[in-house]
Amino acid sequence: MKIAVCAKYVPEATGRIDPQTKRLDRSSEGTLNPFDVHGVEEALKLRDAAGEGEVVIVSVGPERALEAMRKALAMGADRVVLVSDDSAAGSDLVATSRVLAAALAREDPDLVLFGQQANDSDGAVLWAAVADRLQQPLISQVAELTRENGKVRGKRQTEYGYDVIEAPLPAVLAVSDAINEPRYPSLKGIMGAKKKPQETVSLSDLGVDAGEAGEAGSRTEVYELGDPPARGDTVKIEDDGTAAEKVLAFLQEKKAL
Amino acid sequence: MKTLVFLEDHEGKLQKDSLGVLSKAASLDGEVEAVLLGTEVAGLAGEAARFGAARVHVMEDVLLAKPLPQPRIDALETLVGERGFDTILFAATVLSADIAAGLAARLDAGLNWDLTDFVVEDGKLVGKRPALGDSVYVDVGWTSEPRLALIRSGTFEPEARADAGDAEVETFESRLQDFSLAAEMVEQAHEESEGPSIEDADVIVAGGRGLGSPENFALVEELAKALGGAVAATRAVVDAGWYPYAAQVGQTGKTVSPKLYIACGISGAIQHKVGMQSSGLIVAINKDPNAPIFEYADLGVVGDLHEVVPKLTELVRQRKAA
Repeated sequence: MKIAVCAKYVPEATGRIDPQTKRLDRSSEGTLNPFDVHGVEEALKLRDAAGEGEVVIVSVGPERALEAMRKALAMGADRVVLVSDDSAAGSDLVATSRVLAAALAREDPDLVLFGQQANDSDGAVLWAAVADRLQQPLISQVAELTRENGKVRGKRQTEYGYDVIEAPLPAVLAVSDAINEPRYPSLKGIMGAKKKPQETVSLSDLGVDAGEAGEAGSRTEVYELGDPPARGDTVKIEDDGTAAEKVLAFLQEKKAL
Repeated sequence: MKTLVFLEDHEGKLQKDSLGVLSKAASLDGEVEAVLLGTEVAGLAGEAARFGAARVHVMEDVLLAKPLPQPRIDALETLVGERGFDTILFAATVLSADIAAGLAARLDAGLNWDLTDFVVEDGKLVGKRPALGDSVYVDVGWTSEPRLALIRSGTFEPEARADAGDAEVETFESRLQDFSLAAEMVEQAHEESEGPSIEDADVIVAGGRGLGSPENFALVEELAKALGGAVAATRAVVDAGWYPYAAQVGQTGKTVSPKLYIACGISGAIQHKVGMQSSGLIVAINKDPNAPIFEYADLGVVGDLHEVVPKLTELVRQRKAA
């Protein structure tokens, strides 16, 4: 079984938006999107339960994303394919899904896994655009995943409770962060990660025209940045052993008791 | 502007947020139409008219019986192709987010998500979107038509129109693609009514993954008991089986607005925030100083909840006994 896990390179901790380009400032140190780590874990579990197969990490991002993707290799993934091309920078949903779907089609996996959202853009829809481009069945928000008789079955939460959806392979799935507790890479895993295959491909390698990616291929734009409406005063204190007393005093002051 | 609003239904009722988006769209200039997709949905058209739809497009097909996104993408592609809309709006839900993104890819259309408002400025539709944990507001737009948007849940209240007439109902048909019908829903969620009601509570103490283990919900329960309040949970711990779904607050759970909301070990992601942001007073206890919840908690405590919460419970008990 060949499983592709889509992974995003995101800025570490608090990001900021560059007021000039109106894009997310990606100059700071980056990391593997924490939500995607659950996708990696689930793929490794499926591969290991099957006793065969391959887990490929597929990402679209700057060249230095490769380093962040090594975390997935250290966890046990087999290789990385990174689409890195200046013409892909600034891609919105339609453009990103086009590039990613082309990279996935080239791999032709049995199963594509996504994490539940990107922690920088808060996007939580890319899988549906990719599934449509690949013309494969989709199950999103999967909190429990089982595989039997060539099908995958996902239990997922909606506004009304829990659904169970079944799909034949190949399929596209997005997993919730409640699905598993990702393993920590072992020292051996970390040491071995660098030697695993790490391929960087360009848009032309994928047969995607530069005009169909990046800003040229995008259909949305950002006009302006502003401050959100203030919610009022927020106070943040560090617990020095007296936090409980301070909370009580605060609740009394606000007549909340 | 010619706008189409996707209306979601569940067990014979229209989803409230999609009616909210419909009434907001109807308050702007232009034609506003709605679409209903399912098996027995034509009867809901009158309701759609009351909230601002001048025309309601209906497709009834047994293949649309289950709330799955992919056949709905096919149906919407057909409708948009036949009727032409420049704007297509969705109230964000688990189902509609997948439909909107799939339709964006299908139509090569721009999709902006998580909008908390949309306005017409200089004849142009502009979406308002909080980003980076709501620390910045972004004005977003579209460079082509149709423009697709997902509106954050709980954003617009449905407002019935006094001048509403009968809706013009038009039925349509669409071919559904094989791959769209490949996924099958083998169990469908139903509204769960058992469990405690948290929507009416004045005080809510909520627990998240920061509790560390299901047993630690006892800390939350003790504090709630001392305060005379109810216990709530986040999606992550409900999904993990630590607490029942009926107690879940957030986008896919309940929306609550108690006088006091105490969040224990909750990072405060948007999906949680939309379910509790209108609480009177928010207190958050979390060991991660960068947790988004500190951006909107009236009082945030950076510390170990396993120490702070039992102490607070004891102090509240003492105070109530005094």
